[in-house]
Amino acid sequence: MSVRLSTPAVRRPAAPEPPRDAATPSRGRLRRVLPALVVVAVLVAAWQWAVTAFAVRPQVLPSPLRVVEQGWLFRDALWTNTVPTLQVTAVGFAVSLAVAWVLAVVVDFSPWLRQALLPLLVASQTIPIIAIAPLLIIWFGFGLLPKVVVIALVTFFPVAIGLIEGFSSVEREATNLVRSMGAGRWREFRYLRLPAAMPSFFTSLRIGITYAVTGAVFAEYVGARAGLGIFMNLQKNSFRTDLVLAAVIITAVISVALFGLTYAVQRLVMPWYAAERRRA
Amino acid sequence: MREVRVRDLVVRFGDREVLDGVRLDARPGELVSVIGPSGCGKSTLFNVLAGLVEPAAGSVLVDGAPASGSTFAYMPQKDLLFPWRTVLDNAALGLEVGGLGKRAARERAAPLFEPFGLAGFENARPSELSGGMRQRAALLRTVVQARDVLLLDEPFGALDSLTRTSMQEWLEVMRARYGWTVLLITHDIREAVFLSDRVVVLGPRPATVRRVVEIDLPRPREVRMLATPTAAALEAELLAVLREPVTAPPSRAAID
Ligand SMILES: Nc1ncnc2c1ncn2[C@@H]1O[C@H](COP(=O)(O)OP(=O)(O)OP(=O)(O)O)[C@@H](O)[C@H]1O
Ligand SMILES: [Mg+2]
Repeated sequence: MSVRLSTPAVRRPAAPEPPRDAATPSRGRLRRVLPALVVVAVLVAAWQWAVTAFAVRPQVLPSPLRVVEQGWLFRDALWTNTVPTLQVTAVGFAVSLAVAWVLAVVVDFSPWLRQALLPLLVASQTIPIIAIAPLLIIWFGFGLLPKVVVIALVTFFPVAIGLIEGFSSVEREATNLVRSMGAGRWREFRYLRLPAAMPSFFTSLRIGITYAVTGAVFAEYVGARAGLGIFMNLQKNSFRTDLVLAAVIITAVISVALFGLTYAVQRLVMPWYAAERRRA
Repeated sequence: MREVRVRDLVVRFGDREVLDGVRLDARPGELVSVIGPSGCGKSTLFNVLAGLVEPAAGSVLVDGAPASGSTFAYMPQKDLLFPWRTVLDNAALGLEVGGLGKRAARERAAPLFEPFGLAGFENARPSELSGGMRQRAALLRTVVQARDVLLLDEPFGALDSLTRTSMQEWLEVMRARYGWTVLLITHDIREAVFLSDRVVVLGPRPATVRRVVEIDLPRPREVRMLATPTAAALEAELLAVLREPVTAPPSRAAID
């Protein structure tokens, strides 16, 4: 027997393989959200039934139908208050992301700063926001700043921790490999630690972003010129429970939409991840 | 191509002594295998050569001068193909890390896909490759760095025996074609005999060199040579050296 080159029997064309469920993307997505929709429908039906059956006063608990009705009637007011909330959420979460990234990268590069900063980060999470939010308004007024601070406080932590742990999740052998290729600390970060941290980053991003809207509403609730939070507060004081709930529904929808958006961004940033998961 | 000389290498992790005076020689174009019990320090030896571990004593000389960081190209025990890179970009990783632009790195790695049996898989993800192909991709990533000596740490250890045999034949062909100088860690005595010019047998930790066995089989190597009496005798010798019990330090009674 002579020595020969063993090449793989199967040759694959260079063209990317077609996505497996390309034919039925919308139906696949529908099937995924269907259980959630069913649960929501059942809950809403039960709510509607209970309110009618026990003749609950709308000031205590309005029927879902009434919430939608009144929400629609007051759509202009709701919309003018949704826009500032969205703005605050966007700016606040952007600041939070920037802070989280800077902290996580700094901590990844310096063991000394890791020791110094990690306890502070944890401590920042024990600040009772309820107590500090009114103070923030005293200090910074009714503008954007106090709200941005509140959102950043409640959301930067999960993102920073997700990044820090993602960076350090790399195997020692992988570090050795890029080092053997001549990488210093910066290239090790760029070619290995940064991409390796992406799955963990997106998980923590999803946790952070769901807190962002709540944080914005909370900050406005304490004091603002406009926004869903202050809207809820005013409507509550005039016993318009239906409008409070209409605003709550809007915040829920925004949160779910932002949550979904992270998946879209993830697919852009880490196209490899979904395929990897499907195979595993 | 360079001549490698490892002299009296001592490595300690804390008070755990791993290597205790290891010595090794490889001339240009040679393939030298290192075998030894699991955990004896074979990977540690390669880590020293690759500049990842500082030895407590001893020297690594390349053409008589202390080795620099860019003499050895290291293929670790795990293939470590990055899931976020395509196979081509994984292959080009070493070049990119070394400072070459992405496009230039790809252009240099791409022509090797054909001889490495990976043609058509440039844009695939590592998870789409079979075990043998993953090892070839990892080897390509090592070779394309164009360093003087390849350090291969159990490159075929994770493969089934059929794939392993064909990979060994393939490595023999490629080594001859490109004239690589190779240091190879293996657990497989037949593999060591089939591929090597010389086999260095290490003892248990702290590792010392138990014996250096020259493999005087003709090149190019063919699988049927393993059935010859010479090869069988070499295999038996290696096995015997590996299984020698640890010699206890001579006691007073024995000396008297
Ligand atoms: N960075 C390190 N710090 C501490 N101990 C280490 C380190 N690297 C290796 N060791 C220890 O050194 C010893 C030798 O390890 P090494 O990986 O070199 O063995 P090996 O011969 O390659 O084993 P195997 O055949 O299983 O791959 C082991 O006891 C291991 O625990
Ligand atoms: Mg090893």
